[in-house]
Amino acid sequence: MRTTGTARAIIATVATVLLAGSLAACGNSDTGGGSGAGDKIVLGFSQVGAESGWRTANTTSIKEAAAQAGIELKFDDAQQKQENQIKAIRNFIQQKVDVIAFSPVVESGWDTVLKEAKDAGIPVILTDRAVDSADKTLYKTFLGSDFIKEGRLSGEWLIEHTKSATGPVNIVELQGTTGSAPANDRKKGFADAIAANPNLKIVASQSGDFTRAGGKQVMEQFLKANPDIDVLFAHNDDMGLGALEAITAAGKTPGKDIVIITIDAVKDGMQALADGKFNFIAECSPLLGPQLMDLVKKVHAGEAVPPRIETEETTFTQEQAKEALPNRKY
Amino acid sequence: MNGVADRFRRLTGHRLFWPALVLVAMIAANAIHRPGFLSIEVKNGHLYGTPIDILRLSAPLILVALGMTLVIATGGIDLSVGSLCAISGAIACLYISEAPDQNSLASVFTALALAVGAALVLGAWNGVLVAVIGIQPIIATLILMVAGRGLAQLVTEGQIITVNSGPYRAIGLGHVLTLPLAIVIALAAALLVAAFTRRTALGLIVESVGGNAEASRLAGIRSSRTVFLVYVVSAACAALAGFMMTANVSSADGNAAGLWVELDAILAVVIGGTSLAGGRFSLGGTILGALLIQTLTTTVYAMNISPQTSLLFKAVVVIAVCLIQSPAFRATLTRRRRGGAPRPELRQREKEQVPA
Repeated sequence: MRTTGTARAIIATVATVLLAGSLAACGNSDTGGGSGAGDKIVLGFSQVGAESGWRTANTTSIKEAAAQAGIELKFDDAQQKQENQIKAIRNFIQQKVDVIAFSPVVESGWDTVLKEAKDAGIPVILTDRAVDSADKTLYKTFLGSDFIKEGRLSGEWLIEHTKSATGPVNIVELQGTTGSAPANDRKKGFADAIAANPNLKIVASQSGDFTRAGGKQVMEQFLKANPDIDVLFAHNDDMGLGALEAITAAGKTPGKDIVIITIDAVKDGMQALADGKFNFIAECSPLLGPQLMDLVKKVHAGEAVPPRIETEETTFTQEQAKEALPNRKY
Repeated sequence: MNGVADRFRRLTGHRLFWPALVLVAMIAANAIHRPGFLSIEVKNGHLYGTPIDILRLSAPLILVALGMTLVIATGGIDLSVGSLCAISGAIACLYISEAPDQNSLASVFTALALAVGAALVLGAWNGVLVAVIGIQPIIATLILMVAGRGLAQLVTEGQIITVNSGPYRAIGLGHVLTLPLAIVIALAAALLVAAFTRRTALGLIVESVGGNAEASRLAGIRSSRTVFLVYVVSAACAALAGFMMTANVSSADGNAAGLWVELDAILAVVIGGTSLAGGRFSLGGTILGALLIQTLTTTVYAMNISPQTSLLFKAVVVIAVCLIQSPAFRATLTRRRRGGAPRPELRQREKEQVPA
C-alpha cells in the first residue's frame, strides 16, 4: 500500500481545497446578495459563531430585525476566531458598507482594525461583548447586557426571598467559564448584592463551564461535600438544568429543598422555572436585533448616541414564567 | 532480605505501579480532606457516593481511550473522537426527540443504530485517509475533529436538543445490580476488546503493525487493513461514549459534548504505559489512566479547589505522574541519592520503558 509522493501530494491538495471550500461556504453563505441595493443602509455584521442556543437566537434576531427595518445585512460568522473577525471587518471596509457591527470574540487586539474603520469613515457598533481599547472614539456605542446587573438582580431577589430566615443560608455557586466576562461579572454582582445580609454565605463555588454536563458533575460533588445546601446560584440556565439531575439523584427536591437561581432564560430554563424546579431567572436577552437596527439608523444619520446601551431585559419568577413561556422565541 | 528487596524492585518496576500509587494517594488525600469521600450508601435501590460517581463519569473516557489505545498501538492517533462523540450523541438525541413515543425501546434502538452507523462511516473515512491514502494520522483525523464539530452543530441546528426518554437516559444513569450501567458497559467493552486482542492474534498483529508496518506487510500481515480497522473501532467506541455523555444530561449539545475528550483519552493511554510510538499497548493501563484522570477532576470539585488554580493543579499532578513513571527520571533520582553510576541493566530497561 504505497502511494507515490506525487499522488499523495495531489490527494492532499484536493482534500485541502475541498475542505477550505466547504469552510468558506459555511462562513460566507449569508454574505452573498451583492451590493446593488440602491439607497438602503448596508450593515456589515460579524458574529462570534454558533456556539450556543443563545447565540443562534441572537443571530436570528439580528437577521429578522434587519429585514424588517429595510437594512441590507452582510452577515459573517467568525467561527469563534478573532482573525476571521478582523478579516471580515477589513472586507466590510473594502466593500464600503455604511455601518459595521460586531460581537468581539475576545476583548483585546482590536485597535488597528478599528482605526482602519475610523479612517475610512465607517461607524462601528459593538454588540453583546466589549473591547478593552483605551481609545473610546474607535467605536460609537456598545449595545449589550449588563452582566453585573444580572448577578445583582439575582442576589437582590435572594435577599428578599430569605429575609425571614433566621439562621445561616448556605449558597453554592456554579460559575461560567473561568475568566470569561459573564462569569466574572455575574459572580461580582451577586456577591455584592448578598453582602447586605451576613446570613447569606457562599460555601462552595466552582466552574461548570456553562454546560449541562459541567453543572451536573460539579453539583454532584457539592451535594456530597455540603450536606446543608439551601440555595444554588448558577451563572446560566444550562448549568442549573444539569444540576437538577444531581439534586434529584441525591434525594432532594429542586425548587423546594434547594432554591435555584439562574441567568439567561432560554426555553428549557423557562420550562424548568414554570414547572417549579427553578425559583428565579434573571434574563440575559439575545434579542437585541431591533435595538441594534435603531442604532444603525441613528449613527448612519449622524445622530449622537450614548456610549453604553443596555439590552432591554427583565427577570422572571415562577408565575411570570408560566405567563411568558408560550410567547418565548428561544 | 534480598528476596524482599527483589520483590519490591519488581513491583516498583511494573509499569502500572506508579500511576496506581498516585491514584491511591489521591483517594487517600480526598478521604483525609473529607472522611465521607469514600462512603457509599444505598439510595433508591442503588449505590450512591463519590466513588460511584467517579466510576460512572469515567465510563465514557474509558471507552474513548480503549479505541485510542488500539489506534496508538498501530503508531497512529485519532483526534476526531471528541467530535464523533458529539455527532453520535446529536444524531441519537435528534431521532429520539422526534419519535412519537420517546420511551419506546424500538425508537431508542433505531436511534442508537443510526448514530453508530454514522460513526462507523466516519471512522471508515479516517481509516481510508490513513491506511489507503497514507495521510499522516494526526492530520487525517484533525479534519474530522474540526469539521465534525460543525457536523454536530448542523445536526442540532446550533441548539441543545433535550430528550425525555427513560431507556436512553438509562445508558448514562441506569443501574444493573446496583452498579451504574455506564461503567458496566465500559468494562464489558474493555473485556470484549481484550478478548479479541489478547485471545486471538489480532493484538499481536496490531502491535506488529505499530512496530513496523512495512516489515509486517512483508511478513504477510495486511497492515493497511489492520490500520483501517482500528480507526473504525475507535469511532464505534467514541459513538458509545457519546451516548453516555448525552444520556447523562438527557440532552445533546453539539458544541460541548465530548469537547477535549481526545486529549484526556491520549493522556489516559500514555499514563497507562502505551507508547505513543506504537508497537505496544496495555488495555488495563488505559483503564487505570482513565480512572486517574476522572479522579483528578472529581478531586478538584470535592476539595473545592478554586477554578483559577484547578488547571494548574491538574497539570502538576499529571507532570508528576509522567515523571515518576519514567524510569530515566527515577534512575536520575536514585543516582543522585546513591552518588553512583546507574547499573547497566537499568540503562537497558530505560530504553524499553520510557513512554515516547
